[in-house]
Amino acid sequence: MTEYIAKRLLQALLVLAVMTVLVFFGVNVIGNPVYIFASSECDQPCLDKIITDLGLDRPIWEQYWVFVGNLLQGDLGNSFTHGVPAMSLIWERLPATLELAVCALVIALAVGLPLGVAAGLRPTHWTSRIIMGFSMLAFSVPVFWIGLIMIIVFSVTLGWMPAVGRGDTVEILGVDLSLFTLDGLHHLAMPAFTLSLIMMAMVIRLTRAGMREVLFSDYIRFARANGIRESRILSLHVMRNILIPIVTVLGMEFGGVIAFAVVVESIFSWPGVGKMLIDAIAVLDRPLIVAYLIFVVIMFVALNLLTDILYSVLDPRVRLGGAR
Amino acid sequence: MRYQMSWLLAGGLVVTGPAVAVAQDVLTIGVRSEAASMDPHWTQLSGDTQVQEHIFERLVGLSPTSQPIPGLAVSWEPIDETTWEFKLREGVKWHDGEDFTADDVIFTYDRLRAGVSGAPASPAFQLEKGGKQWMKVDDYTVHITTDGPYPTMAEDLAMLPIIAEHAASGAEPSVDFNTGAAAIGTGPYMFEEYSPGSQITVKAFNDYWGGEPHWDQVVFRPVGQDSAHLAALLNGDVDMIDYPPTIDIPQIVENPDFTVSTIPADRLIYIIPGNKHVEPFITDVDGAPMMPNPLRDWRVRKALSLAINREAIRDRIMGGASLPAKNIVPPGFFGYVEELEADPYDPEQAQALLAEAGYGDGFNITLHGPNDRYINDQRILEAVAQMWSRVGLPTEVDAMPRNVFFSRLIRGDELSMPGFDVPEFSIALTGWGTVAGEATYTVSGTLETYNAATGGGNGNFGRYSNAEVDARSVRAKRTIDNDERRAILEEAITIGMEDYAYIPIHFQVNQWAMKSNLEHEPRTNERTRAMDVRRVD
Repeated sequence: MTEYIAKRLLQALLVLAVMTVLVFFGVNVIGNPVYIFASSECDQPCLDKIITDLGLDRPIWEQYWVFVGNLLQGDLGNSFTHGVPAMSLIWERLPATLELAVCALVIALAVGLPLGVAAGLRPTHWTSRIIMGFSMLAFSVPVFWIGLIMIIVFSVTLGWMPAVGRGDTVEILGVDLSLFTLDGLHHLAMPAFTLSLIMMAMVIRLTRAGMREVLFSDYIRFARANGIRESRILSLHVMRNILIPIVTVLGMEFGGVIAFAVVVESIFSWPGVGKMLIDAIAVLDRPLIVAYLIFVVIMFVALNLLTDILYSVLDPRVRLGGAR
Repeated sequence: MRYQMSWLLAGGLVVTGPAVAVAQDVLTIGVRSEAASMDPHWTQLSGDTQVQEHIFERLVGLSPTSQPIPGLAVSWEPIDETTWEFKLREGVKWHDGEDFTADDVIFTYDRLRAGVSGAPASPAFQLEKGGKQWMKVDDYTVHITTDGPYPTMAEDLAMLPIIAEHAASGAEPSVDFNTGAAAIGTGPYMFEEYSPGSQITVKAFNDYWGGEPHWDQVVFRPVGQDSAHLAALLNGDVDMIDYPPTIDIPQIVENPDFTVSTIPADRLIYIIPGNKHVEPFITDVDGAPMMPNPLRDWRVRKALSLAINREAIRDRIMGGASLPAKNIVPPGFFGYVEELEADPYDPEQAQALLAEAGYGDGFNITLHGPNDRYINDQRILEAVAQMWSRVGLPTEVDAMPRNVFFSRLIRGDELSMPGFDVPEFSIALTGWGTVAGEATYTVSGTLETYNAATGGGNGNFGRYSNAEVDARSVRAKRTIDNDERRAILEEAITIGMEDYAYIPIHFQVNQWAMKSNLEHEPRTNERTRAMDVRRVD
């Protein structure tokens, strides 16, 4: 298992290296951030001074070596826009995104699993058809559209929900969270629900499909023949077996949700990292973009690893590192 | 519903008496762009300066129509050809109780000249213009000398926020201001909290020299996305928003709970024709490059202008909120030429002019422009392209995000030598803001021949060149007498615009939407400030 983890980490380093090269050179090709910031009065000497100050006058490969050198010392550089270390900006905003993503995940499971089980148990019943129809809609209707409709209905027309921001937060273990205040929950509800929809649809479909498969397998039949209660069969034997694909998919999906909660965060002005990334791209804030993507790569690698480990817990047949 | 059109052309200073503050009167403003830093010398983006203006002041303030008014200086005058004397306001306190003196002014300017490390757009260049040197005469007098006669001193200094020597010396740029440690100013509001992405809060400074502020606390909340922006106002999350989506203005105007304030902006939206001998994006009917470049013929440029229906753009795209123009600065600004009226829509004359110039068969145009910088920029581009196509000049639009657009507009090829930049586009839509309320630098920047050494024409991306305009622009920059300078500027503008150096479309109109119990005095320079907002119920 140790060998397996080491291998995975080595792969991650390789991905990291390739990614920094792509982003670094890619952003450089798009344009020069100085032209976006500079006042129209800033003439050529003034522009050149800023370009030199930011180190953008040096050849791109040289800038890259400087960047790699700093990276090895754990320094990802200062954001051009904010002038503060890029990593500190990410840490500041990450709790908001994590909170949103975790809530979305919880909603997706809490709603998706029971609905999926219901649809799997009685696939031809009319309720199942409604559930499957709903999952199809949640999967295919664009998130930004749902977000906007929710704002129009619940914030503007009914006036029940706030449209933007995070509301009151409380500090827990040094992290600001809005999950534990009433106002915060109020603000969290719409964006978290919107973000959960795709995951929810996936959970419903996976659960249903898993149920259909597992319910007709031999061991369930034998369990029934043994006279084990139906509820125990469901919760122990069926659930355990259908969880594996769900864990795999959600593990991948959760990373995506954190990394690219961009759309939902933009619509609801949620002060998370996704919104920060969009702002950074708009002004070509390269240090911030690179720092964020490095962070995302690390997070994906960690999540994949975690999913693999969870596998071996859920399914004793899976052995990490391959059979010897 | 009061549509505050009466404010529209109000010039000069409006003096407001100190208001009596009610218990915890809080104003929440939803802003489109968030402030990136609390360091007033970090950038000059509107989103940053509008928040900083609550905390920091300048020697010279700006009236709602951007004309210079006393700020931390009570008066200024030239005492000889090359020296301006500024008398500072006495009895001004910093937020921590210290006295404001000339030392702070000297400290501020020294900091800027030394360079604010890492700042993506420090306003330090304002001090390089005219080769300014400064000297403390006594605690409340500062002399600023220049290489030669320099008329726009007050306008330049109106761009430079003064920071406190005792609080900011040795401070790390941006970082220490964002924590509040160095964000000590003399303005009506004090720094309270800066939490990026979420909100910025300032609170009343009751010892403010201009009297107690109207609000106990002001909260700025970034709400980027258009519809959420409006929703936040409609459901009461915020009291006021900047840049309400133009398409929704009628809906807000009809709603008795809300009101809109309006003023023409200092930002001109215009199209720059390129003057290179061969332009890559202008081709003949067979798609081959053209020699000579038709855009070098003023009749062609005039035809392009006459083919644009500015009223239609205003009414159908801008929701009525634009001011069709031929001027380069808006009404009320120094250098506005009364006689220059926006070109009428006259496609017949446009076609006649094209035929007269020998282009009766037309030619192909690719029009470039940004799609996320100016209000409805992409839709304007598309409309103009259709209008030009209609007079026989098939036009394609190539719109792009501003982070790509401006690099290509200004420098073209990244590898070009500094000073020998070749703007890439043959004809492009862009904007120019006359921040200082005075046309000297707008004439110099957009109409003068490009010269990297003198800074002339640094916004002249079409590389237009006209000796008649150049002579006047250079003379205006050295003429201290206001009436004389105004006359020279008006001549230069009239010559340039009658020659169609570029094709103005309109001035943007700034709009704010707010609850109807608020009264707002709008500003041409797009800043949203709590100082201009009062409760009227």
